[in-house]
Amino acid sequence: MNGLPVRLQQVARQIPDHSSVLDVGCSDGTLLAWLRDNKSVDGRGIELDAARVAAAVTRGLSVVQGDAIHDLAAFPDQSVDFAVLSEALQAMDAPAKVLQELVRIGRRAVIAFPNFGYWRVRKNLLLAGRMPVTPSLPTSWYETENIHLCTIDDFRALAAELGLRIECEAYLAGEKPISAWPNLMADHALFVLSR
Amino acid sequence: MPSSVSHRHLRLRADLPLDSGQVLPRPVIAYETLGTLNEAKSNAVLICHALTGDQYVASTHPLTGKPGWWTRMVGPGKPIDSERHFIICSNVVGGCMGSEGPASAHPEDGQPWGLRFPVITIADMVRAQAALLDGLGIGTLLAVVGGSMGGMQALQWAASFQERIRSVVAIASAARHSAQNIAFHEVGRQAIMADPKWKGGAYAAGGGPAKGLSVARMAAHITYLSEEGLTAKFGRQLQDRTGKSFGFDADFQVESYLRHQGMSFVDRFDANSYLYITRAMDYFDLADPFEGLLAPAFASCKARFCVISFDSDWLYPTVESKRIVRALVAAGRHASFVELSSPFGHDAFLLDPPGLNGVVDGFLKAVEQDGFHAAKGQGR
Repeated sequence: MNGLPVRLQQVARQIPDHSSVLDVGCSDGTLLAWLRDNKSVDGRGIELDAARVAAAVTRGLSVVQGDAIHDLAAFPDQSVDFAVLSEALQAMDAPAKVLQELVRIGRRAVIAFPNFGYWRVRKNLLLAGRMPVTPSLPTSWYETENIHLCTIDDFRALAAELGLRIECEAYLAGEKPISAWPNLMADHALFVLSR
Repeated sequence: MPSSVSHRHLRLRADLPLDSGQVLPRPVIAYETLGTLNEAKSNAVLICHALTGDQYVASTHPLTGKPGWWTRMVGPGKPIDSERHFIICSNVVGGCMGSEGPASAHPEDGQPWGLRFPVITIADMVRAQAALLDGLGIGTLLAVVGGSMGGMQALQWAASFQERIRSVVAIASAARHSAQNIAFHEVGRQAIMADPKWKGGAYAAGGGPAKGLSVARMAAHITYLSEEGLTAKFGRQLQDRTGKSFGFDADFQVESYLRHQGMSFVDRFDANSYLYITRAMDYFDLADPFEGLLAPAFASCKARFCVISFDSDWLYPTVESKRIVRALVAAGRHASFVELSSPFGHDAFLLDPPGLNGVVDGFLKAVEQDGFHAAKGQGR
């Protein structure tokens, strides 16, 4: 997994060789290119930012410029093995709707996001009384694109409310995988969901 | 009007059946090639030209002496690379740069076809290209690439000859002509037909409706630019004078520019061809056979697609490209789409806007390496 950021490695581990993937908010295609080159994955991507799309297409990836609300609708039901949403759920206008789209398009959905229940976040709020700025959430409240931050327990509750099955969970504290007390100890979470 | 210059050409081995139900008897198709066809015949790239373009995509134009119209994209070391690809570009049927068109001699009386020439469509143009490739011994294309009307042909290839193409690049294009597109074309056609020298299309070579064709070109040329681009280039600057003339000379630089565009156009283009080709574009609607649904047009095509639009293009705006992309996505195709930024309007595809060459280059190289994606992406 050389060259791939730790959080994308965590996503990549969930994707078996030769599967098909739709990466929603794929940025410049780092994950898709890695999956193509190392796991022969049949990948597609969607990304809002034109310069990132151009960079991804320049790498030879099938990426369309579009947003997760209007442009996901065209993708057929159950048309890929995995629909991936990495580091973007918290920036979505309508996270619940996007989750439903992911499990409609993908036989499984892989969602990775920063955990707002992480102890450093709580400490920041509790002791300093300030909006937290952490390695997972590096921008100030007035600059961040993150409008729908949630904790791991929040996410579990939403998945249950939407009737989605949690197939697998994985947690990171910094670069280190952890499993105990994730809602408190993990700054980053990954869920694999299905309908 | 072009006539005396000779163009490289091939007379098709069979008559060309047309969408109208008519048949064009063994038409001549003029074409140019660059590069060398490899042994596997796997490196052929077909470039489709726009309304007033021609086959001189990257070689010197025999009439104007100018370099080809797409030298920024096509040539040694360019995204469409004459050192790597075998590049073919043909003049569309109905055109006037050596392919069979209304200015060609009718096979029976040797007089120009004039309006006896059958009305052609984008699909007819593509059928003629496929027949040309048959004649050149080329089965499968690595890519069909075009901007504007060229993009329409590239998309039509995906619907008509899906088994013969590995990829499609459609730039600043659309899958149908909008009411506004048709309206602008109608203005051009009426300008031509209002010129007494048009004579119902039966004008002699060299004596055509130059004024009408010139006005048609002027009107069309505005649609290829953007307000921002025109303002930046001309503003309200006066042409070679210090004050207004209080008359109807070309006081403003933009007037002078348009007049020049119109007048130089008539030296290289036939008025009847302009009528036929604009008609073909107006008739174009890939979704027409499928009750207005576009996705079925791409249902059985295995090719990868690259669709590119420009933010200042109001002739074929991004919304039309997005319509194509949604249909491709719905059909399960491998598609790439990006809206690039350029102040130059529709003409941006002929210029060198940031990102364009990189995107086309990366896309084509992926198709060349590929095989896997195109095959595996099927049937989903």
